[in-house]
Amino acid sequence: MTSNYDKFESACRILEEHSFDKSKLIPILQSVQEEYRYLPEEVMSFISSSLDMSPAIVYGVATFYAHFALKPKGKNIIKICDGTACHVKKSTVIIDAIKKKLGLKENENTTKDMLFTIETVACLGACGLAPVVVINDNVYGQMTTEKIAALIDEMTGAR
Amino acid sequence: MGKHLTINGKKVEFTDERNLLEVIRKENIELPTFCYHSELNIHGACRLCMVEVAGKGIMSACSTPPEPDMDIKTNTEHLIEMRKITIELLLASHDRECTMCAKSESCKLQSLARRLGIEEVRFKNISRKEPKDISTYALVRDNGKCVLCGDCIRFCDEIQSIGALGFVGRGSQSKICPAFERDLESSECVYCGQCSRVCPTGAILPKPEFREVWKALSDEKKKVIIAIAPAVRAALGEVFGITEENGTELAGKIVTALRSMGFVKVFDISFTADMTIVEEANEFLGRLEKDDDMPMFTSCCPAWVRFVEQYSPDFIKNLSTCRSPQGMYGSIARRIMPEVLGIPKEELVVVSVMPCTAKKYEARRTELAKDGVIDIDYVITTQELALMIEEAGLRFADLEASAFDMPLGFKTGGGIIFGTSGGVTEAVLRNVMNTNGDEAEEFNFVRGENGVREAKLKVGSKELKLAIVHGLKNARKVLRDIRADKKRYDFVEVMACPGGCVGGAGQPVYSDLAVRKRRSKVLYENDKIMELHKPQDNPYVQKMYKDYLEKSGSKKAHEYLHTSYKYRKRFKETLEISKSSLDKIVNVEVCVGRNCLKKGSKEILKRVADGNKFKDAVNVQALICLERCSKGPTVKINGETFEHCTPDSVEDTVKKN
Repeated sequence: MTSNYDKFESACRILEEHSFDKSKLIPILQSVQEEYRYLPEEVMSFISSSLDMSPAIVYGVATFYAHFALKPKGKNIIKICDGTACHVKKSTVIIDAIKKKLGLKENENTTKDMLFTIETVACLGACGLAPVVVINDNVYGQMTTEKIAALIDEMTGAR
Repeated sequence: MGKHLTINGKKVEFTDERNLLEVIRKENIELPTFCYHSELNIHGACRLCMVEVAGKGIMSACSTPPEPDMDIKTNTEHLIEMRKITIELLLASHDRECTMCAKSESCKLQSLARRLGIEEVRFKNISRKEPKDISTYALVRDNGKCVLCGDCIRFCDEIQSIGALGFVGRGSQSKICPAFERDLESSECVYCGQCSRVCPTGAILPKPEFREVWKALSDEKKKVIIAIAPAVRAALGEVFGITEENGTELAGKIVTALRSMGFVKVFDISFTADMTIVEEANEFLGRLEKDDDMPMFTSCCPAWVRFVEQYSPDFIKNLSTCRSPQGMYGSIARRIMPEVLGIPKEELVVVSVMPCTAKKYEARRTELAKDGVIDIDYVITTQELALMIEEAGLRFADLEASAFDMPLGFKTGGGIIFGTSGGVTEAVLRNVMNTNGDEAEEFNFVRGENGVREAKLKVGSKELKLAIVHGLKNARKVLRDIRADKKRYDFVEVMACPGGCVGGAGQPVYSDLAVRKRRSKVLYENDKIMELHKPQDNPYVQKMYKDYLEKSGSKKAHEYLHTSYKYRKRFKETLEISKSSLDKIVNVEVCVGRNCLKKGSKEILKRVADGNKFKDAVNVQALICLERCSKGPTVKINGETFEHCTPDSVEDTVKKN
């Protein structure tokens, strides 16, 4: 028997902490996403009912911000900065290299084995280290295609 | 001393206008807008109403309040160029198949492009062709035609309190969709169609059925009969430039037009509206006497009925069980008319003309079908009727008027005023008051424009409290007040569309409220010149009862003229809490809607989700709102619903199972 009760309880706790206040929708979605790692439809429906607002509005907010994920994310999250400085330092080449390495197609962000999700972000504020990649909150600067390949090999080797 | 400001060099007085746009329009300058509707909140998104304010620069007139001594210019070269660019950009992402669009000629984008003299679009066309959403019976959504003004979203949310639509995504990727980008049928839509009325383009339109009607008309083996709703005669003339005081001449022209198209019989829904009143008034008096399921709600508006079924199942018992006039017409046409008219059943095709999109849905309600066969084959709107008249090449304005066919063509004034907010109540009063020996015929106090109107009335020794409501947000508030014992009523009339059926989404599109008021007036004027005013005096209604239905409220009448309702769950999603791997299991579904959650449904979930307690033999799911909020926490165990649950009571019941 598997139980998702703990996750559900956390969602309830988050709602209570925000006093079921509609105007706190964004922080609620952020916290709930941390718990579930993404925003499943049934959880968004649950939030909309709990806040007494229509699911269309909740979904609208969730799709407006790139931060919110509507699909499950992989175990490891690779963020590639594509801000001005990183872009000039050829971050797109790094993006292509990672996609190739992970076997991701044009519109795919998450590997089929759910191990990796890649995200492009706009400026991480570490322009001096451009191009920058962040893997699970660890920052790697002056990235090259060789370095990123080695990092991914290291992670998959440790699996 | 009034306050003044200057518009294009002319000194203009203003008082309490909410924004510059209102002041400017009062000066007969039609500033272009997409997203401004006097009924809705100000959105300020379309950027077409930009004006130049001296010292302040370019501002949107709709979201700027007037201030004394402002110096405003509405049509400078700069402004003209800005508006042109805005329209060009909209056209660049627009599916420009205008000649084949049903909104052609009434499309705001089209008329603005013409008004602003746009001859070419300097930008590349980036319109995305998406499949149309044809999931409902009532409406068609086509995002390729959407200009993202958000009028539909705001109407649905602010006036109807439904919120079926919302913006999705952002920037160039934004679009308007139901939640989770599902189709409209999977959303909370109640089919009132007001979104299609406020849509400036063809992005949301009533779903057409008139082509099927033409097909039936040209089929020699079929005999097609049709009936027109009261509100149709108050609005159809607008399409052909005919404004008439009382609509009788117009109704006569419609009859002529329909006959020439090949309909074998042309009836009037006002006849069955009379029947609805006789039946509903009888039901009301019965309930009043027994004090049973009071207050009684009218049930002739299908969007309202759907609203109750979806949001307030605790009030389903309060809905009158009488079918709507369309429902009664369907039943009589399908089951009695073949004998009366001598038409074999299999040859009969039944059509109705409605001011409404929700009626298209109503006709397909399984509760209105008999042995799986629906009564009404096609429901067309006033708009579609106008199109058919045009397609048939009829010079409508020049047609002679002719009379409706009998027996379903005779009506009283009571049946006519059904088409406007307050009309049903007034017609019921004409019946009820007469039953009590009073001879009053006009009840002006139920008429008017307010969204919630209340009235008190002495009937014998009892004092009746009535409420007349239009707009579903108003209805939601009234329901809340009744539930909280803040208000007590005996009879509540609800129409989903502002103004009632005259303002329905199937009517020719209007944006000026004066149009709706004029339509109501037409129906009241029509009532005045009718020979009879009280529905119960209709001799053909009396004969129908005598020949086929015994008397009002009889078993036969129930079989033909009544219907039933059922709870329709709003949220389809469930949250799986725990799943058993065993074969023999108990299914526990716990409501975690807003109210149940606050009343402790989480503790119940915790108890049942504790696997050890029941030796793993339970599947636990969290359901999102069963709409039984006042009786929560609500739990379903193996399909059976329990109210006012506690962790202990649920544990006991689960153990028994």
